[in-house]
Amino acid sequence: MQILSALVSVVGGLAVSFLIYLGLNFVVQKTNRKWEARLLPYVFIGPVLVLIAAFLVYPAVRTFYLSFFNATGLAFIGFDNYTSLFGSGDFLNVLLNNLLWILIVPASAVAIGLLVAVFADKVGPTREKIFKSTIFLPMAISFVAAATIWRFVYTYNPPGQPQVGLLNAIVTGVTNGDPVPWLTVDTAKLNSILLMIVVIWLNAGFAMVLLSAAIKGVPEETIEASRIDGANERQTFFQVIVPQISTTIVAVFITILIGVMKIFDIVYAMTGGAYGTSVLGMEFINQLFSFGNPGKAAAVVTVLMVAVIPVIYYQVRSYRRQETLR
Amino acid sequence: MTAVIPTPVTVSTDKQDKAIAKARTRSLAPKPKKRIVLSLVLLFFAVLWMLPLLGLLVTSFRSRVDATSSGWWTAIADPFGQQWTTQNFVDSFIKLDIGTNFFNSIAVAVPATILPIMFAAFAAYAFTFMDFKGKEVYFATVIGLLVVPLQVALVPILQAYVQLQKALGIQIVGTFPAAWIVHSAFALPLAIYILRNYMATLPVALIEAARVDGASHFVIFWRLIVPMSVPALASFAIFQFLWVWNDYLVAFIFLGNRNPVLQQALYALLGQYGQGWQGVAAGSFITIIVPVILFFSLQRYFVRGLTAGSVK
Repeated sequence: MQILSALVSVVGGLAVSFLIYLGLNFVVQKTNRKWEARLLPYVFIGPVLVLIAAFLVYPAVRTFYLSFFNATGLAFIGFDNYTSLFGSGDFLNVLLNNLLWILIVPASAVAIGLLVAVFADKVGPTREKIFKSTIFLPMAISFVAAATIWRFVYTYNPPGQPQVGLLNAIVTGVTNGDPVPWLTVDTAKLNSILLMIVVIWLNAGFAMVLLSAAIKGVPEETIEASRIDGANERQTFFQVIVPQISTTIVAVFITILIGVMKIFDIVYAMTGGAYGTSVLGMEFINQLFSFGNPGKAAAVVTVLMVAVIPVIYYQVRSYRRQETLR
Repeated sequence: MTAVIPTPVTVSTDKQDKAIAKARTRSLAPKPKKRIVLSLVLLFFAVLWMLPLLGLLVTSFRSRVDATSSGWWTAIADPFGQQWTTQNFVDSFIKLDIGTNFFNSIAVAVPATILPIMFAAFAAYAFTFMDFKGKEVYFATVIGLLVVPLQVALVPILQAYVQLQKALGIQIVGTFPAAWIVHSAFALPLAIYILRNYMATLPVALIEAARVDGASHFVIFWRLIVPMSVPALASFAIFQFLWVWNDYLVAFIFLGNRNPVLQQALYALLGQYGQGWQGVAAGSFITIIVPVILFFSLQRYFVRGLTAGSVK
C-alpha cells in the first residue's frame, strides 16, 4: 500500500510538472507572433525563477529577518541573538572550528587528489584505473555511512578490554599505552581534525577525477617543449602543467570549500557537536531543535551566509570574466 | 577555460643543447624504476583509503562474540579460527526496515532527480538559445546561488509548509512532494550551470536551421536539444540521485518519522553500536550497496558530466 501510494505520487508529481510547461507553452502559442517571442523565454525559465525565488531567495531574506526575532518569532529583539551568540565562548569555538575546516579540508583534499591524479597518469592504464577507482569509491558513500565507518576506526574501549577500533589497536599495540577516547579529546583540536579526515577521505576522489581530466587535457606539445628546454619533472609540473590546470584547481577547491562551510552530517553523526567539535551547520540544528530557538538558529545561518558572500562574489566575477572571453 | 600561457622556462644555450639530446634519448613514459616508486606511493593511499571500508566489510560478517572480543584484522590473520555469519545482514535488514525505508528512499530520490533536470533543461535552453531582457542578470543570480547553503532555507520553508498545512488542512510536512521540491530547488543552480555549459557547445546553426524550417522552440527543445544533451543530462542525473539518496538533512527535517529514508534508519542504527559493531557494519553495507553499484556502473558518464561542468 505504501509502495503504491509512493508510486502514484511519483508519477503524479512528474506529470503535473510537465503539464505546467505544456500548458504555458500552449497558452503562449495562442497569442500573436510578437507576444509569443516576448513571452516564450519566460515559459522556459518561469518555473525555475518561481522555484528559485520561493525556495532560495525568499527563505534567505526571511532567515535574515527572523534572526532579529526571539524564540517564538513574535518579538523583535534587535541584535540580541547576535550579541548573545558572539558573547558566548562556545560560539566563538564554533567559528574557530569552521575556520579550521575551511583552512584544512579543501587544501588537503585538493593536494591528495592532485598527487594521485599526477602519479596515476604515469603508471600505466591498468594500475591507473585500479588506484583511481579506489580513491574515488568513497564519493558514493553517504555522510552517515562514512561517519559509521570512521567511528568504527576511532572507537574506544576502556583499558584492559580488547580494542576493536583500528586506531586504538595501533596506538596500544605500538606504544603499549592506554587507549584514547579519540572523539572526546579536544586538545589541539584533535577530535575536530579526526572528523576532517573523514571529509578529506570523501572528497579527495572528487578532486582527483576533475584534476585528472584537466591534466589529460594539457597539450602534450607544451610538456614536450619544456622537456626539450631542459626542465626537469618538477619544473615541468609546477611551471607548465599547474598553470594550465589552475582554473580547475580553483573550481575544485571552491566546490569543496562550499561543501565544508555548511558541513553538518559528519559532525552530527560522529559527535553530535559535543566535545568542542561543533560547526555552524551543527549549531544551527542545535539551536533549532535542541533549544527550540528558530530566531537564534536564523542568526547562526546568517553568519554562515555572510561567510559565503565572498565566494558568491568570486563566482559571479569569474563567470563574467569567462563570458567576455567567450 | 581561460587559456593560460605557460611560464617560459629560461635556460642557457649550452644546457639547452644537452637537454635536447637527453630529451631525445628519453621516451615519454617514465622509467620502470620510477613507475614502481610511483605505484608504491599510490598503493599507500589506496590501502589507506580502503582500510576503513575493509574493516567494516569484515566486521559485518563476524559473530557478535568475535566482533566485541577482537579486532577485525585478527579475523583476516586467522580466517578459520572465526565464526563467520550472515545473520548480521538479516538482523540489520529488519532493523533498518528495508521493506519500507528502501522504497521511501527511491520515492524521494527518483522524482527529486527527474524534476530538477526537467526544470533546469528548459531554463538552460532559454539561457543558451533565446534572447530576453535581463538574461545576464538572471544567469549571474543562478551562479551566485550555486553556493548558498541549504540551511538558509530550512526554517522559512518549514514554517511556510506548516502555515500552508493549517490553511489547506492537508498534510505537507512528512510527505514526499515536500522533500522533492526542496531537493529540486537546491539542485537547480548547479543543474542549470552544467546543462547550459553543455548546450553552449551544441551547434547553433542546427537550431537556426530548424527555426527557419518553422519549428517552434518547444519542438526544437524536445526533438533536438534534449536528445543531443543526453550525456550531460545523464551525468547530472547520477550526481543528483547520489546526492539525494545520501542526503540526511532534508529527509530529517521534511520527512521526519512519517516517511523515513534509509539514511535516517542508518543513523538510528548507528546509536546501537554498544551491542557490537557487527550490526552497524552490516547495516552500513546495505545502505552503501545501491549508490556504489550505480556509481561504478555509470562512472564514465558521471565523470564526463562533472568535467563538462567545470573543466572546459
